[in-house]
Order: sequence, then structure tokens, then C-alpha cells
Amino acid sequence: MKMGKQQTGTDRSERRFTKTLMVSAVLIACLLFAIALTLLIESIPAIKTFGLGFFIGKTWNAASEKFGALPFLVGTLLTSFLALLISIPFSIAISIFLGEYFKEGALSTFLRSSVEVLAGIPSVIYGLWGLFLLMPLARAIEIRLGVPPHGVGIFTSSLILAIMVIPFSASIGREVITLVPSDLKEAAYSLGATRFEVLKNIVIPYARSGIIAGILLALGRAIGETMAVTMLIGNSNFLPTGIFSPANTMASVIANEFAEATGIVSSSLIYIALVLFLVTMLVNIIGNYIIQKISIEASKEVT
Amino acid sequence: MFKLFKSLCIVALITFALFAGTELRAADQELLGAGATFPQPLYSKMFDAYNQQYKVKINYQGIGSGGGINQLTKKTVDFGGTDAFMTEKELKAAGEEVLHIPTCLGAVVVTYNLPGNPKLNFTSELIADIFLGKITKWTDPKIAAANPGIKLPDLPISVVHRADGSGTTYIFSEYLTKVSPEWKEKIGTGKSLNWPAGQIGQKGNPGVAGYVKQTPGAAGYVELLYALQNKMPYGNVKNKAGKIIEPTIKAVSASANVSIPDDTNVSLTDSAAANGYPICSFTWLIFYKEQNYGGRSLERAETLAKMLFWVVNDGQKYVEPLQYAPLSKEAVAKAVKIIRSMTYNGKPILK
Repeated sequence: MKMGKQQTGTDRSERRFTKTLMVSAVLIACLLFAIALTLLIESIPAIKTFGLGFFIGKTWNAASEKFGALPFLVGTLLTSFLALLISIPFSIAISIFLGEYFKEGALSTFLRSSVEVLAGIPSVIYGLWGLFLLMPLARAIEIRLGVPPHGVGIFTSSLILAIMVIPFSASIGREVITLVPSDLKEAAYSLGATRFEVLKNIVIPYARSGIIAGILLALGRAIGETMAVTMLIGNSNFLPTGIFSPANTMASVIANEFAEATGIVSSSLIYIALVLFLVTMLVNIIGNYIIQKISIEASKEVT
Repeated sequence: MFKLFKSLCIVALITFALFAGTELRAADQELLGAGATFPQPLYSKMFDAYNQQYKVKINYQGIGSGGGINQLTKKTVDFGGTDAFMTEKELKAAGEEVLHIPTCLGAVVVTYNLPGNPKLNFTSELIADIFLGKITKWTDPKIAAANPGIKLPDLPISVVHRADGSGTTYIFSEYLTKVSPEWKEKIGTGKSLNWPAGQIGQKGNPGVAGYVKQTPGAAGYVELLYALQNKMPYGNVKNKAGKIIEPTIKAVSASANVSIPDDTNVSLTDSAAANGYPICSFTWLIFYKEQNYGGRSLERAETLAKMLFWVVNDGQKYVEPLQYAPLSKEAVAKAVKIIRSMTYNGKPILK
């Protein structure tokens, strides 16, 4: 009898614990929903005024209250993908170097923690550093190329974004590369494969989904990055005319103008936020889909 | 595990309760304000001094003029701060009548980065042409004509403006709208503008200043206060009376030597005052005329009115040491009259 009572007692606390876990999990989902809903409600005046033409509108003019988000959409996508393009060779090289060639030892530990520290640096510091180092550098390049020497613009902000996202994709890449089972590699070596062949035929295919997941995480960070980009993109609300021209991104225009915005301006900015929200969600969904597909293929290939 | 979670929850609850408690207790001896960032250092100093003398805590948050107007309209603060007089639309949105009192003056200067940083003279036409992108080189004959004897380098002018919505941009563009028909037609007045393509925008005074310092040949505009504190070069400007004026605190105060209307809604840009610097403006505190709203007590209304009265009288002694420009006697008299018109249930608050 006593035993039974105790059991129901633990049962109850067990159930309470499960319930708490469930509530926390559901709360997170609610949060996502609440964010989307708030953005939607607050942007209704802008949606009513500009409709879907907002996405192809090229002017952003607070004086005449005409708003279009195309320059910011283009700016965000251009800087993010350019940054990704620049970062991929470096992040893959670093992850192979730390995950396959130098797994242990003082040098490896030092390099690994450097990468991790880089990932944790606040973006405003990257922005400042970019202002002092990358900007004059970009100016020198622009003067040599004969384009207007702004020093800031798409090129400079893509560079800083690339530097900012490398640690993310590199540390995930390293992690998955170290997870490649050693018996697979040993089997390949015993068949006479060289180190490069093992890398190409065993390690990379096995770790591919993880590497790509890291890259997509990096893309997510690049799209949403605000502070460093604001400091280095030149904040020009026009469609960029080249990779050296000043531009603006969705995140940066919101950060810049929201504090002083009222009425339709503020609503239009929230409309942009909604678009940014949807774009990041889309990237995540596509990313998950790719990872699933590739991991299935990879498991087929290796086995 | 469960115990840990439970105790964490309790700790969170207690913290929350504590904070909520302080919020409630503080409410009656505290005034809340929010708005313009430009006068924030001055307000911090003033409100600190006021707190020491009269034991009233005043919490002012620099969230921008637009934010200040919003917060007042939503009635979440006792007073707001703004660098631009509220527009008709904003006044309408506020519902009840909102009053403005000027607290000090601010000015905007043109800053640049040239070898040796000579003191340059600008005319209104020059400033408009540079920021419209019509003059693109420092060797332009128009710049040389205004600055005889100064050797100007063969550099392109890299124009930089504020990327964030700001009162500084508002004052600067209001001035250019008054002096240049082309500016009025193409760009106009506002806190954030549709700038000519290809120009650089940077966030805040520090952003603009940083870009100017890093870029030989750059030209931008910042608040006078910011330029003074950071020892940046800035130009003199020819005013409406035809005098070349160096932007000093005295010249900024002098720009208000014009007749001021009873509601103090006066634009001081391109001021007719003979010795006034032409790119200046008042910065205002805003509040509701009828103070009995949203369950406010008479006591709270009195605290607010007394504080406002102090700001334009005794408080003015803090203005100049912080390099802001103080109000003229006429402006103070108008402000006092406005504060005396504040009511509670229709009865004047200050006797």
C-alpha cells in the first residue's frame, strides 16, 4: 500500500516534468507564431498601400511616402551570397585541416579555439575593424580599378560578412569531419588509397551533409547580420550598379530608420522585416531539405 | 533535475516580483521622458542636478525625436523631447493639445577631410551643390571663389550623409530647402531623405565622422556639439544678411534673435538675425496641456510643471558649460508663458 502510494507520487512528478517540458517546447512554437503575427499586423497599412508591388518598387522616399523594397532585397541577397562564395573555400580548408590533418596537439587546440573565439566576437567589433582596415584597402583597390573610391559598399560588406561566417561553417565542418568512422578510412588506406583519395572519396562524401549544414547556417547569419553591414555598406537606398557601389540591406535599413519612423514609414519598415523573416525561413527550409536529401545519398554512396 | 528547474522558476518569479515592486513604488516620485538624443547629455546633467535639489527622479531615454512623439502620444511618458516641431499630422494623432517649450539650441556644421584641414567658407549655394552632387571636385572654381588664397587639393568630394532618421538631417535639409529651389524640388525636408544615388550614408554622428576621418576628400554634416567634442574641422557659412559666420555657441544663440511666435513654432534655419549662424534649430520638450489624463494625479502634474519651469530658468546655467547654446530672454519668457498655460481639470497648475 505504502509502495503504491510512493509510486503514484513519482508518477505524478514524472508527469509534471513531462508537462513542463511540453509547455516549454510549445511556447517556443508559439513565439515563432507570435513574431510572424506581430509583423503581419503591424505591416498591414503598408501591405494595403503597396501590395506585392513592394517587392519590385525601386524607390524608397520618405518625403513622397513611396516605398519599395527591391534595393534592400537585392542588397541582402547579393552581399550574403557573395560572402558565402568567398567563405566556402576557406571554411572547407580550415575544417579539413583541423578535422583530418591536425586533430590533436597544441597547434590544433590553439587554432581550434581561435576559430571559436572568432565566432563569438560581437558584430560591431567586426564593423569597426572593417572601417579601419578593410575600408582603406577597398579604397585602394577601387582607385586602382578606376571606379568611384567610396571604400564602402557591396564588396567591403561581403568581405566582412565572409570573415564573420567562416568560423561558423568551419567549426561545424571540423566537427563532422572528425566524426567520419576511422574503420572506413583505414579500409580505404589498406586498399592503397592516398591521403587525398581518402579525403575525396571517403571523408568529404561522408561529411557532406554536415559541411553543407554549416554553410547554410552561415548563410542564415549573413542574411540577418545588421551592425557590421550597416557600418560598411554605404546605406544607399538604390539598386546597386556594381559590386563596388554602395547599397543597403533589409536588416540595415530597419536598424537605421526605425527609431525615427512614424505612420506609413514604420509600417513599411515592418513590412521589410516580414519579408526578411520569410526569406530566412525559406533559406532554413531549403537548407533542411538539401541536408536530408544529401545525407540519404551520402549514406548510399559510402555503403 | 526537476528540483533544479523548480528552484530556477522560483528565483525567476522572485526577481520578477522584486522588479515589478520597485517599478510601482518609484512611480510617484519619478517623471518619465523620452525622445531626442541630441540634447540627452544636457538633460542628464540637468535632471541629475534637479534630483539632488528637489528629490525628484527624472528618467529620460534618448530614443530619437520620432520615438519621443510616439511615446507621448501613447501616453507612456510624462514628456517627450523632439528636435523638430511636431507636424500637423502628429499633433492630430496626439488627440488633445500638445505644448512645446524650447530648452536650448543646436546647430549643424559641414565637416570635411582635406590635407591640413584649412578653415573653409561656404555659401548656401555651395553647400546645396555639394550635397546635390553637382560639385564633385574640391578644385571646382565655385569653391575656390569662396575661399581665395586657400590651396585646395585635386580630390573628388566623397559626400556622406546620415543613414538613420535624425533631427540633424531634418535641420540640415530644412536649411537647404529654404535656400535652394533645386534642393526643394528634388530632395525636400525630412528626417530621412531620398538622397542622390551613389552617396554614402552612415549611422549616427559617429558613423559620419568616422567615414569623413577615414576618407581624404570627404564632406559630411554633423552636430556642432559633436564636431567640437571631437575636434573635427568644420566650415563657416554665409548667412542671410551676407555675413560669413563661424559656428560658435554665441552665433548659434544669436540665430534666435528674431521674433518668436507664442507657441515657439519657429524655424531658425536661414535666420534673418544679422550675427546668427544659419543652420540652427531649437530643441523642444513636449507635453499635454491638460494634465488630467490616464489617471494622473494632480501631484504628478505639479511635479512636471515645476520641473519644466526650472529647465527654462535655473536649469539654463547648465547649458553653456556643456557646449549647447542657451535660450534668449525672449524665448525663456515665451516658454514660461506656455508652462503657465498647463492645466489640471481646466485650472492652471502653476500659480
